[in-house]
Amino acid sequence: MTALLTPALVGQIINVFAAVLLLVSFAMLAQRRILSLIDLFAAQGFVLCLSTAFVAWATGQTHLYWSAGLTFVLKVLLLPWILHRLIRRLNVKWDVETLINIPTTMLVGLVLVIFAFNLAQPVSELAGTVTRGTLGIALAAVLLAFLMMITRSKAVPQVIGFLAMENGLFFAATAATYGMPMVVELGIALDVLVGVIILGVFFFQIRERFDSLDIRHLEKLKEE
Amino acid sequence: MSFSWSGAAAQLTELVLAILLAPLLLGWVNQCRAWLQNKGGPGVLRPYLMLRRLFAKDAIVAHGASPLFRVVPYVLFGAMSMAAAIVPTLGTDLPYAPAADAIALVGILALARVAIALAAMDIGTAFGSLGARREMMVGFLAEPALLMVLFTASLISQTTSLATTVETLSSRELAIYPSLAFAGVAFTMVSLAENARIPIDNPATHLELTMIHEAMILEYSGRHLALVEWAASLKLFVYSCIGIALFFPFGIAQGGDATGLLLALPALVLKLAIGGFLLALIETLSAKLRIFRAPEFLGTAFILAVLALLLHAFLETP
Repeated sequence: MTALLTPALVGQIINVFAAVLLLVSFAMLAQRRILSLIDLFAAQGFVLCLSTAFVAWATGQTHLYWSAGLTFVLKVLLLPWILHRLIRRLNVKWDVETLINIPTTMLVGLVLVIFAFNLAQPVSELAGTVTRGTLGIALAAVLLAFLMMITRSKAVPQVIGFLAMENGLFFAATAATYGMPMVVELGIALDVLVGVIILGVFFFQIRERFDSLDIRHLEKLKEE
Repeated sequence: MSFSWSGAAAQLTELVLAILLAPLLLGWVNQCRAWLQNKGGPGVLRPYLMLRRLFAKDAIVAHGASPLFRVVPYVLFGAMSMAAAIVPTLGTDLPYAPAADAIALVGILALARVAIALAAMDIGTAFGSLGARREMMVGFLAEPALLMVLFTASLISQTTSLATTVETLSSRELAIYPSLAFAGVAFTMVSLAENARIPIDNPATHLELTMIHEAMILEYSGRHLALVEWAASLKLFVYSCIGIALFFPFGIAQGGDATGLLLALPALVLKLAIGGFLLALIETLSAKLRIFRAPEFLGTAFILAVLALLLHAFLETP
């Protein structure tokens, strides 16, 4: 750590990143359009990448630079590109239907944030990292992404919710223990990538079967 | 805070300044908006000319108007002047400030809102009650968000008195508060809604179905209308000053020293000019929302303000 940065300032800057991450999570929850949702997902990945790189620089944990790079390539460039391509091919640029209206969803999200903060507080007191205060926010980001998956009825936003959840988990790992071992991180990254590709194939299958990406149609699938 | 003659002088200066500068701020915002839209603009002094013209005209009151209708313009103007006296703009040594804290300030603004809504319904025209209902809806959504913003600042400074809050905020050591940034965004959204600005209401429209503020004051004329318009510009001034006091308090004089007060005036004018320009920019860049989208807009403001509170409670207090 350089002399310029006091530990208090490092903590504050990490808090700013965490706050922005939470803000982007809420924006995703409130977003109606699929295209903007993908942009927000890319923005979330970018914030994650910046905060990881900053933690790496401030604490001298060089392996975190690799994680930051991996995040940038995968979540800011590759996945948004794949998603953009998918929705262009599927021609699904319409507004996202939500099952509950958006202000209600946001209020539920607020409750989730309070829950996550309360849950994380005793845990984060045990951690010895400078980033420990942000564990609550990471947990909140996971829960908000989960909420987004629940409240959307179309397949593409659900996948974006799933990816955002992984972002939250990644942030939690950085916050609590300065990141996971490289092998685990590479494994997760590969899993996410393969997951998106498989789900992309699924999208085409679902649409071919029902002429729509609304997953409520899947409930009709029963053996006769 | 003890009473002092210098404090009383500062208080008086501040109040008179607010009342005199408020139409100028409105004129500046309108002028900036005209410039941004490639128009010549009416000139920054237009609101003064309009007030002079209105004061010279006779006031006409509709048949069947109750005394309430005549009283409301004075109530409005009084409430806004009172709010302007509480908010520290030049210095923090205000003898009048202990009379009302941040919560009472919200109450004063609510009093003004209820008064104008009652006056609008008093005549019994369709537009009046339509505007009043919409105004009450916007107010009921905006008020909790405004309270949460003020609570966030109060939590940071451990007091609800605005003058003390500003003193704490401007004299603290440099620290980054993400909660204040959240609260700032929420406050901007609330101010836009409360001052009948573009995402919620269009101050320039007289199109019947979309107007809120204009619909309520349709029946007023002459000196009544002048007072109502002046009160509206004072409201914009008060909101700008709350924003400046909470989020950019640098330059506001500590206590009551004279040189500090002298230096605070150009700082205030500069900050108001920048704020007015930003307001015009926001108004130019955004489109008016449907009235049924207003709950969503203000709900977002509320959520941002609550998030600010939570962030402060969990992240910033060790």
